[in-house]
Amino acid sequence: MKLTAKTAKHNKLILVLLIFLCIVWSIPTVGMLVTSFRDKDAVSSSGWWQAYKTPSAFTLANYDEVLGGQHFTVGTASGSTESRRGVSMASAFISSITVTVPAVIIPILVAAAAAYAFAWMSFWGRKLFFATVIALLVVPLQIALIPILRDYQSIGLNGTYLGIWFAHSGFGLSLAIYILFNYISTIPRSILESAFIDGANHFTVFSRLILPLSIPALASFAIFQFIWVWNDLLVALVFLSGSGQKMDVVTVRLMNMAGTRGTEWHLLTAGAFISMILPLIVFLSLQKYFVRGLLAGSVKG
Amino acid sequence: MLKHTFSDNPKGKVAFYLPFTIVVMVGGFLLLLNNQMSQLPSAVFAIVWGTSSVVLLFYTLNLIAQLFPTKAYNKIIPYVFVGPAMLILLWYLILPTFRSLYLSFFNRNSTAFVGLDNYKFIFTDPNMRTAFRNTLFWLLFGTGLSVFFGLTSALLAERTKIEKLGKTLIFIPMAVSMVGAGVIWKFMYAYKPAGANQTGLLNALMVAFGADPSNWLGTEPTNTIFLIIIFVWIQTGFALVVLAAALKGVPNDILEAGRIDGASEMRILFSIILPSITGSIVTVSTTIMIAALKSFDIVYSMTNGLYGTEVLASQQYKQMFKFLNYGRGSAIAIIILIAVSPVIAYNLKEFGKREVF
Repeated sequence: MKLTAKTAKHNKLILVLLIFLCIVWSIPTVGMLVTSFRDKDAVSSSGWWQAYKTPSAFTLANYDEVLGGQHFTVGTASGSTESRRGVSMASAFISSITVTVPAVIIPILVAAAAAYAFAWMSFWGRKLFFATVIALLVVPLQIALIPILRDYQSIGLNGTYLGIWFAHSGFGLSLAIYILFNYISTIPRSILESAFIDGANHFTVFSRLILPLSIPALASFAIFQFIWVWNDLLVALVFLSGSGQKMDVVTVRLMNMAGTRGTEWHLLTAGAFISMILPLIVFLSLQKYFVRGLLAGSVKG
Repeated sequence: MLKHTFSDNPKGKVAFYLPFTIVVMVGGFLLLLNNQMSQLPSAVFAIVWGTSSVVLLFYTLNLIAQLFPTKAYNKIIPYVFVGPAMLILLWYLILPTFRSLYLSFFNRNSTAFVGLDNYKFIFTDPNMRTAFRNTLFWLLFGTGLSVFFGLTSALLAERTKIEKLGKTLIFIPMAVSMVGAGVIWKFMYAYKPAGANQTGLLNALMVAFGADPSNWLGTEPTNTIFLIIIFVWIQTGFALVVLAAALKGVPNDILEAGRIDGASEMRILFSIILPSITGSIVTVSTTIMIAALKSFDIVYSMTNGLYGTEVLASQQYKQMFKFLNYGRGSAIAIIILIAVSPVIAYNLKEFGKREVF
């Protein structure tokens, strides 16, 4: 197609509009990032867009305080004072990793096995079971909170990592089965048939053929579930809050910071950045798989 | 020959693996339950334990199934593979649905049957009325604006050379938690009385244009709109990705034919492009609607439901965990479930059409 003057003008307008949208979408994050590196006085006296006027006010102290815990001085019994540090984002970060990694890995294998059966075996109840999985895709997890909390209280799982791993596994399972089914059902029949002719049983086929062949789909779900669990607030509040502050995940700790120090923007913005750094890295480096997961199962329950 | 005898004897293997599997699963479980380890070691232990338990479970169940003749093996084995997943779903989602329904007919601590009283409360309480109104706002504006901006940016990006960069910038907020987004936007909305130096961008702009600064989050009912903007900021990236993929599927020759016939770009958009991606628009809209219906994090961390910003999901959390009223909390959860049931029906209908089944 020949580029006429009119379409050239048109294209410029499109470009300007897109750039405008991108700037609007990026401004909040940029503002947060800039603020997290400015000292307290600068943050409360001038807007972050004026930060270039006071270059001496840039500092890393906010991160030190948020990661290591706030400094405060307490009197001891002997009359002297000693300096202590409050709860830190660093411990919440470790807690989040502890919650997230098993909550991503446990459901994957269980779901892959189920997806394999749904895709390649015929059995009574197959259609009914799979319809149940589909229906559960959008069932709000709120419905499960009270009953599961009661079970947890009676078997002592409340406020344990074990409890929240199972909860996230259960809530993510239907999406995992759905994404993996979509993929596993497209594996060519001939590959599986030749394996069975060679005398393999279902477990061997599953572990030697299906799992290695489905790595892209496993990765899609893994990233999806990682970002979901890392960013979750509700499930963490319900199942982990019984254990006090020491097991707080980053979202819970950030929320508490926003509640107790609502106007200390220099600390809040640093905390917010720490909470999003890991999902951002995972997300930007594995974007391709994340998008694939979105396209395969665009509904998360 | 000798080395094959063990592996050819499933009975001997079962005799070893069955107790071994049980010991690993139960032992690891009990160890983690009475966890004395610090965070990182227990995470590592959990990963090893979780993975090996699942593998051992399937392996051993498969071995047991192999004890039966081939015909019976083929009948049993599907349930070995779907069994664990279905049991987990049964415990975590299927049974809780019925248990919540049951609890919703009981009083706050589930000791006395109260009939429909909890539902009566839901539909008459003034706070709940605010929650219903706001949830409707969330559904309409949250979904509408996300899809609108997602579609617009997908259409724009496709026609430029910076397609990938543009998409990524709009997509990035998807990785941010709603709490994190809340902090970021609370700062955008920060308010100081007139005369003071505004540090929130929005109020600084207001002042620069000669208007008075406004307390965005404290003014009902527009504050709900400002909370919805945060949701739109996050969800637009999702709409963008799915719709951009759908746009790639619109056949090029039809577009070319339209252009040769002299149709304007607007005409092409409304007569060719939009009709051919209707399916994707419906999928995206329903997904975002469900997210809006359940979104609790933004309201909880931004205003905690004050100043008339309550939604159904935040009310549900409050009833359950603040007022410890399990009856009302369950009833609100049931209402949310009823609200998503059309989507469940639609998904099931679509699934019924699939050829693999």
